[in-house]
Amino acid sequence: MTAASGRFRTPLSRARGLGAAKHGVGHFIAERVSGMVLIPLSIWAAFAGLKLAAGGYAMAVEWLAQPLNAVLLSLFIVAGFTHLRLAIQVVVEDYVYGFVSKSSLLILNYLVCVLGAALGVFAILKVALLGAF
Amino acid sequence: MTEASPGVRERPLSPHLQVWRWHVTMLGSILHRACLVGLYVGALILAGWAVALASGEQAYLAYAGLLGSLPGKLVLLGLTFALFFTIASNVRHMLWDTGRAFTPKVADMITIASIVFAVVATAVVWLIAGQTGGLS
Repeated sequence: MTAASGRFRTPLSRARGLGAAKHGVGHFIAERVSGMVLIPLSIWAAFAGLKLAAGGYAMAVEWLAQPLNAVLLSLFIVAGFTHLRLAIQVVVEDYVYGFVSKSSLLILNYLVCVLGAALGVFAILKVALLGAF
Repeated sequence: MTEASPGVRERPLSPHLQVWRWHVTMLGSILHRACLVGLYVGALILAGWAVALASGEQAYLAYAGLLGSLPGKLVLLGLTFALFFTIASNVRHMLWDTGRAFTPKVADMITIASIVFAVVATAVVWLIAGQTGGLS
């Protein structure tokens, strides 16, 4: 199929980026799988939030020092930012038309999500491994 | 390439909001996107929470105070709804991905169900928060 459709495409049409980029399926699957993983994690996180909202600093540190909580919260943050990066990428691609503004926003989206996830996970590890100080 | 050659041809755009009659699956679609944009901020708030916790008691209490203020609570209330609606929407889309539930009646029904689920789940979580002292 690729060979047949490729025969009718000129190098110029490919260079201009017209037609499918063949990246759609990977994006779709990553978005769906991260979305599925996030369903139980989100429900867990909502109840964790309830518990944490009722307690103070010491309680939060103690809570995060438990391996299961630290790991699940890290996974929630990583899966969440993965899902959100893919989702917001589509929103930008749909509503922002200019090449420079679109590219800038896509790169910004990527960087914000990587930074947010890295900061979150590092902070969790710090509390989990070193505790309060 | 000569000067006469055309530039990039105008790409087709999807029909925009004004063209369509309002319907509930449209609301579901728009809400889904709006909720994801909201959750983007929510994910950053969560990462900020972890950083505040790792920065010590003072930073944590200041951050918790900010979240516990009235504007903070309103944001968290919105985020609770966004979280549950996105969960429901993901399930709804998984169902659609299997090729089922595409008749207008069923599609409308599961979209309304998603909204109702999100409202009820949000109410339940905030009622529990009120009971367990999470709101004070």
